[in-house]
Amino acid sequence: MNAMTRRSGAIPLLGSVGAGRATAGQVVLALGILVFLVLFLVWPVATVIWVAFTEKGTGAFTLVNFYDFARTDLFVRAFWNSFYVSAMAVVFASAFALPLAYITSRFAFRGAAVIQILGFLPLIMPPFVGAVALQLFFGRNGSINLLLDDWFGFKVPFMEGLNGVVFVQSIHYFPFILINLSAALRNIDRAMEEAAQNLGSSGFRLFRRIVFPLALPGYVAGASLVFVKVFDDLATPLLLNVKDMLAPQAYLRVTSIGITDPMGYVISVVLIVTSVAAMWAASLATRNIDYATVQRGGGGLVRRSLKPWETVAAYAVIAVILLLVLAPHFGLLLLSFATIWSFSPLPDAYTVAHYARVFGESSLYIKNTLIYASLAGLIDIAVGTAIAYLVLRTKLPGRASLDTIATAALAIPGIVLGIGYLRSYYGVELWDGTPLASLWIVIVLALAIRRLPYALRACHAALQQISVSLEEAAENLGATKMRTVRRVVIPLMTGGLAAGFVTSFATAAVELSATLMLVQSNADAPLAYGLYVFMQSPAGRGAGAALGVIAVVIVAASTVLSQLLVERDRRSKAGHS
Amino acid sequence: MADPALANDIQLKAVDLRIDDVSASYGDHRVLNHIDLDVRPGEFFALLGPSGCGKTTLLRTIAGFAQAEAGRILVGGNDLSKLPPWKRDVGMVFQSYALWPHLTVARNVAFGLEERRLPRADIARRVATALDFVGLGQLGERRPSELSGGQQQRVALARTIAIEPKILLLDEPLSNLDAKLRIQVRRELRSLQQRLGLTTILVTHDQEEANTICDRVAVMSAGEVQQVGTPAELYETPANLFVAQFLGTANVLEGRVVSAGGGRVFESSGGLRLSVAPETQIPDGARMVFRPQDASVVTGDAPADGSGLVSGRIVYREFLGSTLRYGIQAGGADLYVDAPFKTGVRPLAPGDQVTVSIAANSVKWLSA
Repeated sequence: MNAMTRRSGAIPLLGSVGAGRATAGQVVLALGILVFLVLFLVWPVATVIWVAFTEKGTGAFTLVNFYDFARTDLFVRAFWNSFYVSAMAVVFASAFALPLAYITSRFAFRGAAVIQILGFLPLIMPPFVGAVALQLFFGRNGSINLLLDDWFGFKVPFMEGLNGVVFVQSIHYFPFILINLSAALRNIDRAMEEAAQNLGSSGFRLFRRIVFPLALPGYVAGASLVFVKVFDDLATPLLLNVKDMLAPQAYLRVTSIGITDPMGYVISVVLIVTSVAAMWAASLATRNIDYATVQRGGGGLVRRSLKPWETVAAYAVIAVILLLVLAPHFGLLLLSFATIWSFSPLPDAYTVAHYARVFGESSLYIKNTLIYASLAGLIDIAVGTAIAYLVLRTKLPGRASLDTIATAALAIPGIVLGIGYLRSYYGVELWDGTPLASLWIVIVLALAIRRLPYALRACHAALQQISVSLEEAAENLGATKMRTVRRVVIPLMTGGLAAGFVTSFATAAVELSATLMLVQSNADAPLAYGLYVFMQSPAGRGAGAALGVIAVVIVAASTVLSQLLVERDRRSKAGHS
Repeated sequence: MADPALANDIQLKAVDLRIDDVSASYGDHRVLNHIDLDVRPGEFFALLGPSGCGKTTLLRTIAGFAQAEAGRILVGGNDLSKLPPWKRDVGMVFQSYALWPHLTVARNVAFGLEERRLPRADIARRVATALDFVGLGQLGERRPSELSGGQQQRVALARTIAIEPKILLLDEPLSNLDAKLRIQVRRELRSLQQRLGLTTILVTHDQEEANTICDRVAVMSAGEVQQVGTPAELYETPANLFVAQFLGTANVLEGRVVSAGGGRVFESSGGLRLSVAPETQIPDGARMVFRPQDASVVTGDAPADGSGLVSGRIVYREFLGSTLRYGIQAGGADLYVDAPFKTGVRPLAPGDQVTVSIAANSVKWLSA
């Protein structure tokens, strides 16, 4: 036999040969998206950076603002505090996530289902909501410390100052590490481990030399995400009344001193630079050690069953973490039904009055949230689909830069976007003199931009799954590009798009960093803002908690819905290659 | 002349296809280099070649998914090369079948007709006719994922013929089927094509597939057509070394032609001598080519100056069923020689000293 005739399979198409030039429609679409991104992402952020580097009043270039920043003790302390809190949150989040990931991927363990629930339960409650509830249990006069004081005569400062922020954030964000690390462990080709065993390696040496290096990139990805999220977060420190961190400082400068004060902008630039630097460092650290694409099979490590004492230990670890994770949920629920809950392990009595109040006078918050989050979700999947289509299916020059710009929103903290919008659009007035920045639609746009990177990835994935030949078949049978998109591409993307929409919706519904800057009147405020306002006064805590419960229900329901949609979509296409 | 099974609902006409000096590139890489082809009306025509030879690109150029830089594609005398894919009426059955998973089988078949804004009643009738034609009349309401691979392919074919294409393009139609089904489906494909009477272009890398289904074959390599002919012609009289080696197995010997005793003799660099008949034309630099079945092998050394005889040693033996193939090292070259396998006859074994004898009239003289 001739060697050539035996080769099977077709040529992998390297791309289309001399594929058609961009159509006018594609150009218009790309320009439209570019204008959108420039107006609502690039321009506001550029404005923030520009203000930070110019002299107040004259507009001349200067570094004096940064000099002032470095000279002010408060800001330097705030920077190191933010850094410390983020780093410690990574440490504690790792302490929660590592054992859980190891247990599920190494052992055949019945409790694995509980661990999966642990993987998303914290995420459905925004951290600033959890902060209030945790204070009730772990605060100086919270349930735990009251009991400790009664029984042993001492208290533990779980929630004092920075401790509180670290505590709340690590409980909230450890799933990011858990999810990424578990995925990395699952993707390890089982043969990698078996080859090492075959060559005589076992136990801890096997773990150190093979498993750890292969899983490391997943861990680093999760850890850097936690670092950035915590570093940028505004709402949690504010609610815990911790002011000497960077994001709260930026907020306080702009809200108390005013929009012209350069310090808020300098802090914004520091926030952006640190976020970018952290992500960059993470990608640099894993650049030469990310073997995910080299590995073939996956299948994860070989699982063995646990010995009895190991089972007990595993359940003990899970129980402790589960209790911590559930604490804010229980606390919030109790608080929402409590008449008075102060200086006692549990509330004095229970009532539904808070819910009556929230659904009565404050139902506006809920309505606003539903409108804002839905609109933001719709904008996200529309823009996301358009960008994904241009990137994956056309040869338009510069199409990749749309993707890059939209994804860059990841590195922009919510408060920076908020400040940018205020600065850029407060001066722009409508025909009746209202500043553009005071319109509620601006909140929607900020939410949409913040969630766009995630929605874009969802749309990208949904489109990528569609084999190009499905579209070519439509064209071959007489459908134009436009008709093909309508009749084949969009219907096939529906499941992925719906999931992307729900994810955007759920996270936008509880976003506070950007909203806090942009809400101009109570009538336009969404739920997260209302919650923040309620929590400012002891009398409002009950109603705030009721709002928090509603927020959690909305996010939880959305999360379940998006899982169902993905699952149904996957099943409806099963069997198709 | 359509098959009665198509009634008058689907009217197909056999037209000719002319590829006229077509060239295409991917970046700096030339994938098609001045291709000329004439396909006759109603012919089943194969584009055959190894991976990367340009056959799929040529097919996609006909369908309009790849753009030719130069040249024309004439279907029934009309140049299609400037039309977008959706205006070409060139039916294509994709390698993956490309059935839309969100539509039922019937809706898949109806798609092209809906795009043509046909009246609803006509669409229903044509869909039914097309599905009946491929023997899937009962499965219209199923989803593609509920069908077997062979059934999916027939849906793809029904979907294509429903639009009354001018020609039919098949991209590696058998590659997604398992070996056993492949032989059955390729017969079905041939008979369906005969009943349709449509001019059909098939792309494949499998010579057996091309040989068994197609009327004529174009062998392609490196973006060029090496030879066009019936399967037997290509095998019998390959135009060059590539075709000889791509279709079946060929022994190739280098050497030179010298004058000896009033005649000509080919001397291989390994010591084989073969008298050349006076009327035989041997181009400069040509090599001696023969098929394994055109040589035979016997035990023992060859006589010193026997024409077409060469001594060698058996290196390996492959059992192919009805034949045995010997790999023989003979004077520096590796030769394949086939011998019939007969029950009770002890085959030769690796290590045996043998004489290979080549039938002079079966030898071809080919250059690269």
